[in-house]
Amino acid sequence: MCQAGEDYGGCRAPPGRPHVSGAQKCMKCKEGAPVLVIRVGDAFCKACFREYFVHKFRAMLGKNRVIFPGEKVLLALSGGPSSSAMLRQVQEGLSRETAKRLRFVPGVIYVDEGAVCGQSPEEREDTLTRMQALLQASGFPHHLIHLEEVFELPSSILQHAPHAPSPPGSSYKAAVEGFIHQQRQGAAGTGDTMAPEGQVQERLAVLGMQEGAAASPEGLLPASALTEELRQLFGAVTTLTAKEELLQMLRTHLILHTARVRGYSKVMMGDSCTRVAVKLLTNLSLGRGAFLALDTGFMDDRHGDVAVVRPMREYTAKEVAFYNRLFGVPTVFMPALDTKVLEKPSIHRLVERFLYALQAEFPSTVSTVYRTGEKLSATPADTTAEPQRCLLCLCVLDTGVVEGSTLQALLISEELSRKRPSDPSPTRGGCCAGAGARRCCGSPPASGTKARADFLPLLCYGCRLTIKDMTCLEPLPPYIRSEAERRRRRATMKQEIQEYLLEDEAAEPKS
Amino acid sequence: MAAPVSLLVEFGGGAELLFDGIKKHQVTLPCQQEPWDIRNLLKWIKQNLLKERPELFIQGDTVRPGILVLINDADWELMGELDYKLQDQDNVVFISTLHGG
Repeated sequence: MCQAGEDYGGCRAPPGRPHVSGAQKCMKCKEGAPVLVIRVGDAFCKACFREYFVHKFRAMLGKNRVIFPGEKVLLALSGGPSSSAMLRQVQEGLSRETAKRLRFVPGVIYVDEGAVCGQSPEEREDTLTRMQALLQASGFPHHLIHLEEVFELPSSILQHAPHAPSPPGSSYKAAVEGFIHQQRQGAAGTGDTMAPEGQVQERLAVLGMQEGAAASPEGLLPASALTEELRQLFGAVTTLTAKEELLQMLRTHLILHTARVRGYSKVMMGDSCTRVAVKLLTNLSLGRGAFLALDTGFMDDRHGDVAVVRPMREYTAKEVAFYNRLFGVPTVFMPALDTKVLEKPSIHRLVERFLYALQAEFPSTVSTVYRTGEKLSATPADTTAEPQRCLLCLCVLDTGVVEGSTLQALLISEELSRKRPSDPSPTRGGCCAGAGARRCCGSPPASGTKARADFLPLLCYGCRLTIKDMTCLEPLPPYIRSEAERRRRRATMKQEIQEYLLEDEAAEPKS
Repeated sequence: MAAPVSLLVEFGGGAELLFDGIKKHQVTLPCQQEPWDIRNLLKWIKQNLLKERPELFIQGDTVRPGILVLINDADWELMGELDYKLQDQDNVVFISTLHGG
């Protein structure tokens, strides 16, 4: 096994790493003293670095043209370096002169995960207080959500909300021009004396009054019963990898739900280039290869009405860390699920360690992985039929068992290696008459292997692996279980009336 | 003979967890034969400041991949990395960019 850090007794010559000396000047302005090295051998001075950093953010948004002027965008802040830098970029971008100003209306959200990260109540309160201060200092409407609130989510979050496909580039230009025109009219008119710069600010202030008030007395922790339920949920997960995946899933659902409820149509996540590269390789290892474009691309619109964008995905972790240090961006560090765990780490940690170690010797590793990932694009939506979506991650199901595929081989070997024969599935037709019947012959609702056997087909391959690492499905939040039940009943019903359904003309008639 | 060197050593990005949560350490390196450089500083930190899990901070001779080192707010790559000779009143910052933040 290759280990990048290991020295093979001198038989391998270390690769020539271009050495940049401090005597060089900044490669951009040729005058300033360089303060950091970006990529391979590019030394930048402080001022040029700042310009480079700010420009990259605007270029990212401008190139992709998916955020329309006046749109409400929710910034997902984790307190970590990348999301804090993202917040700072948005603040800077909004405060520029009219022509170059960013034109959307931001809000900020923070999800408190202290319950599962092993923090004591005092530590949690401390972190929450600091995050509250940070959120308030941002000047935008903010929302502080506890992870415990997953138990109150409606199952609608797991349904793909239909959304008209976003207009192509030409409409974007028209939208921007219209917006600028509107602002100029506002300035010219004598009756309406609101300055164009003031319009966005005023809207923000109004939103702040409505929503800041709702968020403020929340420095306290949520009900301990809910915290206990959450701990039980994570306790039922056996591997660290599955815990990470579950945590990410729940966090995403919470953020998207908040966005939907509050009228935000976009969510900005602060994944940096390094994080995206790690995620790419991790997801491949987790069986989510089919969805790489959605999980790591710039825009992720699997939920339909709310889209996730990742404007920080071209900044390496080093650039972000330097920016935060040099320009005083406040961050709050909080331990994650597996901080300080070295033995039996999750797949996420292993891949991260691998990439970082490789990057130390070969400085173009991360960008190569990233660029390769950039070439991936989401398959265009199949417009003929509404595709089946995974219950948990809402990606189009990739588990159609094709003859001779790897999936088929996996399923066969799973069945063969089972110790005892699986429970024979009870006949559904007789006693489950009526769509509402949940219990079959008075026996308790499906539990154990049967519940799992019902649940798994609703998931994509990657989510199946996560759920398989759970000892039992009971602790799952109600919204997941009710949506699963709903889909199961629908599938049963569909099967029952299958022969009465009018088939498409292209389909072969049933004999 | 190197004179005692007084430094401000800072930890960020989660690295402070290994140092009792304290981010800033004002340290004075004692007199010794060889001049103080980053390599020796790391050894000194491992012996004197690091409270737990040295393998999470130091790997072999150098810092673990993923930990950035800034000397007087400049990238250590520009200063010679491990061979930079420390001077009195220098500011050395270790920022962890690994997950957990």
